[in-house]
Amino acid sequence: MKAGWTIAFAGIARREVLRFARQRERFLAALVRPLVWLFIFAAGFRSVLGLSITAPYETYVLYEVYVVPGLCAMIQLFNGMQSSLSMVYDRETGAMRTLLVSPYPRWFLLGAKLVAGVLVSILQVYAFLGIAWLWGVHPPAIGWLTVLPALLLAGVMLGSLGLLISSTIRQLENFAGVMNFVIFPMFFASSALYPLWRMKESSVLLHDICALNPFTYAVELIRFALYGQVNLTALAVVAGCTAVFFGGTVFMYDPAKGLWRKRPG
Amino acid sequence: MTVSPGARLTGGAPDLAPALVVADVSHSFGAVQALKGVSFSVARGAFTALLGVNGAGKTTLFSLITRLYDSTSGQIAVAGFDARRAPGEALARLGVVFQTRALDTDLTLRQNLHYHAALHGIARKPAEARIAEVLALVDLSERIDHRTGALSGGQQRRAEIARALLHRPELLLLDEATAGLDVRARAEVLALVRRLIRHENVSALFATHVMDEIEPADDVVLLHRGEVLARGRADSIAGAGDLTSAFLSLTGQAA
Ligand SMILES: Nc1ncnc2c1ncn2[C@@H]1O[C@H](COP(=O)(O)OP(=O)(O)OP(=O)(O)O)[C@@H](O)[C@H]1O
Ligand SMILES: [Mg+2]
Repeated sequence: MKAGWTIAFAGIARREVLRFARQRERFLAALVRPLVWLFIFAAGFRSVLGLSITAPYETYVLYEVYVVPGLCAMIQLFNGMQSSLSMVYDRETGAMRTLLVSPYPRWFLLGAKLVAGVLVSILQVYAFLGIAWLWGVHPPAIGWLTVLPALLLAGVMLGSLGLLISSTIRQLENFAGVMNFVIFPMFFASSALYPLWRMKESSVLLHDICALNPFTYAVELIRFALYGQVNLTALAVVAGCTAVFFGGTVFMYDPAKGLWRKRPG
Repeated sequence: MTVSPGARLTGGAPDLAPALVVADVSHSFGAVQALKGVSFSVARGAFTALLGVNGAGKTTLFSLITRLYDSTSGQIAVAGFDARRAPGEALARLGVVFQTRALDTDLTLRQNLHYHAALHGIARKPAEARIAEVLALVDLSERIDHRTGALSGGQQRRAEIARALLHRPELLLLDEATAGLDVRARAEVLALVRRLIRHENVSALFATHVMDEIEPADDVVLLHRGEVLARGRADSIAGAGDLTSAFLSLTGQAA
């Protein structure tokens, strides 16, 4: 099994894609959500919000242009939470046991499953960006390429947060709970819908909360990358949070401690 | 992954290590002590029955052997590899059939088996050949492109046994592999496991609470409330009577 790491990863990714291909509704749902924002809300908010020029934008931008990176991150947020919930389901159906009897180390197995899920979410993001392009949101050509690593990193951060949540908090094992207590607060209290400076004008507290929300940095990382730039603060925060969340997950799944001791799989 | 020095408990040739050694293993879930100083071993090529009623600790023991979690104390070695210090080497030598069915019912048998082969680092091409081989062994070759959810209970069990065999393990762990099957399917699974031991060079630890499944020449480990009450050949445990009365008297339930 020495050379088999890539084989194992490919197998895990293939399963993720096969499962995903069987759930076309999920793909559509994941696409409809941000499109609703883009088509309906952006059209309505357009007149309400006068945005000034903020990096990475070089001109005044319309609201729909501003909101697209946040919606990309939203796709990844939903996907991360959904795939971590499916891990809980996997734990109950025994699929998790099947995964964990593999001779590869546990951090690798969990990480491979996580990255496989992120790859699927990236397909969704590109599909969304394609439709947004038709709608008139035209990031520079290079952005389509430079956004890829940002999506990968942001996806892994959100996915490992989902994993950590689902492995620690039993009450959040259904989607409604995750929606109310994780997805909505993270999404709304972030820079996805309004820039932080705009928040500050109405509420300093809200601004501070948004500035503490890791999702804000995922959004900004994607936003800058989509315009061919690197936001170093965002990069550092997202990388740091990824390390913490994933480390926590591996700890929870460590045979010597954590979750398996308390609960049978 | 390389073998860390000293990972094997026994020195000497690897082939001499028993398929499984469980040495003084105890495990608690909070206040519940599920296993108390359990010791036994499974010889190479042996069919060993782990006999115990509900709650005896069979599944807990399997979880420890597969290192789903670590035991509170004691040592476990698979083919000489310590489950805690060399988990990769130990797991590579284990084939497991869990008590609860664990196939991906949305996917086909082929897809399920390829996934498992990949988890053991077997590339697609050799996996293809090996999948054909193991499916022939369990008599499911024609079902290869069926969704596993569409298979009968007995077929699913055989599919799981095929999956457990894919990576040529040295020890099969079967947790009540015949539970929920009718008489015929039950007999088929049992006959299959015995045949595998003769021809596929594996050993088996077969957890069950059904005494009829045990033959006189089988090794038996009698587990009761987390303790090993007896171990040895079934006929020697049974003595003059049968296994059931021996079991009842050992567990203090005889008249
Ligand atoms: N995750 C857990 N948390 C708390 N207690 C547990 C857990 N798993 C098992 N137990 C307890 O440990 C004991 C042994 O359970 P185990 O499942 O190993 O028995 P078993 O022999 O497999 O039984 P069965 O024939 O019903 O499958 C039981 O008292 C059970 O309640
Ligand atoms: Mg059990």
